[in-house]
Amino acid sequence: MMIYIQRIAMTELPKEEYILKCTSACAGCSDTLSLRYALKAAGHDTVLVVPACCTSVIQGLYPNTAFNVPVYNVAFASAAAVASGMSAAFRTMGRKTNVICWAGDGGTVDIGIQALSGAFERGADILYICYDNEAYGNTGMQRSGATPLGALTTTTPAGKPVFKKDLDGIVEAHNPPYMATACSAYPKDLFNKVKKALSIEGPKFIHILAPCPPGWRYPADQTIAVGRMAVKTGMWILYEREYGELSVSAPSKAAFRKPVPVGEYLGMQGRFRSIDNGKISLLQQAADKNMESFRKEAECTC
Amino acid sequence: MLTVATGNKAVATAVKDSKTRVVAAYPITPQTEIVEEIANTVAAGTLEAEYIPVESEHSAMAACIGASATGIRTFTATSSHGLVYMCEMLHWSAGARLPIVMANANRALAPGWNIGAEHSDSISMRDTGWLQVYVSTVQEAYDATIMAFRIAENNDVLLPVMINLDGFLLTHITQSLETVDTGDYIPPLSLPHAIDIDNPVGYGTLTPFSEHFKFRWDIERGMRDSVPVIVDAEKEFGARFGRKYDLWEKYRFDDAEVIVIAMGTLGKEMEVAVDLLREEGIKAGSLRCRWFRPFVPPDLSGREVVVIDRDYSFGYGGVLANELKAKCGCDPFSVIAGLGGQDVTFDDIAGFVRMRTPGEEHWFGVNGNV
Amino acid sequence: MYEIRLHSRGGQGGVTAAKILAYAAFLDGNYATATPLYGAERRGAPVVSFIRIDDRPIRVYSPIRHPDLVIVLETGIMETVDVLQGIKDGGRVLINSPEPMDLGEYHVSYVDLTGIALSLDLVVSGNPILNTPLIGALSKMGLITHESGEKAISETFSDERNIKAAGRAFEEVIL
Repeated sequence: MMIYIQRIAMTELPKEEYILKCTSACAGCSDTLSLRYALKAAGHDTVLVVPACCTSVIQGLYPNTAFNVPVYNVAFASAAAVASGMSAAFRTMGRKTNVICWAGDGGTVDIGIQALSGAFERGADILYICYDNEAYGNTGMQRSGATPLGALTTTTPAGKPVFKKDLDGIVEAHNPPYMATACSAYPKDLFNKVKKALSIEGPKFIHILAPCPPGWRYPADQTIAVGRMAVKTGMWILYEREYGELSVSAPSKAAFRKPVPVGEYLGMQGRFRSIDNGKISLLQQAADKNMESFRKEAECTC
Repeated sequence: MLTVATGNKAVATAVKDSKTRVVAAYPITPQTEIVEEIANTVAAGTLEAEYIPVESEHSAMAACIGASATGIRTFTATSSHGLVYMCEMLHWSAGARLPIVMANANRALAPGWNIGAEHSDSISMRDTGWLQVYVSTVQEAYDATIMAFRIAENNDVLLPVMINLDGFLLTHITQSLETVDTGDYIPPLSLPHAIDIDNPVGYGTLTPFSEHFKFRWDIERGMRDSVPVIVDAEKEFGARFGRKYDLWEKYRFDDAEVIVIAMGTLGKEMEVAVDLLREEGIKAGSLRCRWFRPFVPPDLSGREVVVIDRDYSFGYGGVLANELKAKCGCDPFSVIAGLGGQDVTFDDIAGFVRMRTPGEEHWFGVNGNV
Repeated sequence: MYEIRLHSRGGQGGVTAAKILAYAAFLDGNYATATPLYGAERRGAPVVSFIRIDDRPIRVYSPIRHPDLVIVLETGIMETVDVLQGIKDGGRVLINSPEPMDLGEYHVSYVDLTGIALSLDLVVSGNPILNTPLIGALSKMGLITHESGEKAISETFSDERNIKAAGRAFEEVIL
């Protein structure tokens, strides 16, 4: 199902569509929205490596597929390892084919973390993209390590008692040539980041915040609004690092100047309906601290 | 209490009624309701247990090993790739002689991704030293889970027990369920080798070539000794709670000339086929395999045998058919049916019986049937 | 054995409807099973549930091929799904609709479950609740008793409007 978003200089983007109009995605899905732009940036010479996640289902049911690039579906824990092997093989053949892991948060931050760390430590020439809807979406919204503090999931009926795992910090510790955060609500920014990543050799990482209507419990037409609010509140910061060197993306620069209280973001989502003030306060403190730390680093005043 | 429930809910309820103390589990379709229900009961306080939402199935079994080693009642649940992902830890938990109980939602293996019922996942783990029982109703899922703790924790056994439910067909079906007050049916767990600070020993250390095989024999001895323990546990369950179970469940068996054998929900549906065939004048009967490990061969002398395998060992054959052939000396008509959630009805099963040829293998749905 | 096939869209509560129906039949002293058939599951995709009711234990797990009753919670599904596939001769159909529908030789009962839900503001996440009024209609059809239907509903949902919705459907269903 295609979703029409507000017009933002779309004329500059390639017209070719790699996601066909027959996916099994939910209405308002960030996964297909993001993938559409990521593939526009990657182009034809691309293979997607997809572990168990919503994308496994979104491709459709055999014998049909809704994706117009080769997709290698793999076991849950193995995406980065498979991609690392595939990339090595292509390079040996002299081919520059883009090998892109397209994985959910579960397959990245939990069961997939070992393979990710190994591939990055080895310097594998892959682009790893994690689209993060902060739960195990494919199996019905159970908690993952990426679920934020206080969020309701089917396995945290009283709200998650611990913070979201700092996946970006973990990846940063591997000192990759390029890493970035993105959000489905900013597709052009995502397009640019994918394009830049694929121009660099070695392990690259992009972490996309992927608001999810059934998982986060908001009406399907609010995906863009929720994503933008995540950035405006500092709950999600858009940035890039090239060999560790930070540049904050424009929407977050604006957010640093005038951040919106996190309550505005939490209030849009049913998964936070029973979060207590204590946890809201902790989330606000964490967002403030994070923004401050990024702001300082960007200004080199640390 | 008498109510209705899904197979998954029945298992989760039995875990609560058995007063399990630690659950470490990872969600995978179609087991997720078990995990979610347990999370709910822990959060609500109706189950006094630690629930650990681990990051993978390998870690789920690892965490269960760590917990069980302290001498505490432990449970997990998984399915398909989750089960085979924890493969090395399945070997480990049995070798460590830990009475962990696990529910497995039988589901096909990838590629491609398929969430239909198939027994290949647990069948491929048959050599690990885990006891395996295959259930076919919601009530049986509940009862078997309670019995599993008693069996596993018996000091003559001290081996983990896997309860297998057909994915979706049994995990998701709503049927009637009577829950029980377990009372002292499950004795308190007293693990002889529980970690004891005052009596420090090394667990699973290096064993020399001259010793290791003795530990392997000891696992097998536990398996053999589990048979009377199972029989006794089922007899006692029947006496206390009114529902009687056997290693193999017979239906119109005694005077039957041809026996259909299967596991899981097909093992119940085949009874309808038996009734149909009897009306046609074929003296059919059925035998449902409940306990696959330990494998206690039934007496099939003088009967024709039709075996339905919802699994396959590539390059060899249907596993249940071949184990029966090897242990019972029969020459079964081996039917491979139901893989990846393939629909198999009582009409199909009756058809298998009508077309039986001893010693042949028949792949249901494959052109020419191979 | 009475076999019912229930067609709905994911998110409409069809799977829960099947469970409540099975529970009500059980409360009536019957044996009953309910099971969903999952395909590429997501909100909005067509979903099928099977319900069997019998006075003897039910040993069949395979999909219902020849339903006695077909329930359609959203008639829009009928454009892509052959809801009548395999229906028994003389089989009945119950549709969620304010108007009758001609399905040839099959007897079609109808009730405006959506209208009833909306009028009681029985809506969750933008979806009108169809399963509880459905139970009322089914008790009028004689599948379950009124009392068991109400008990099954009240043990599943605490909101009393669900009982009201069932009562409305009981009155309004055109058999």
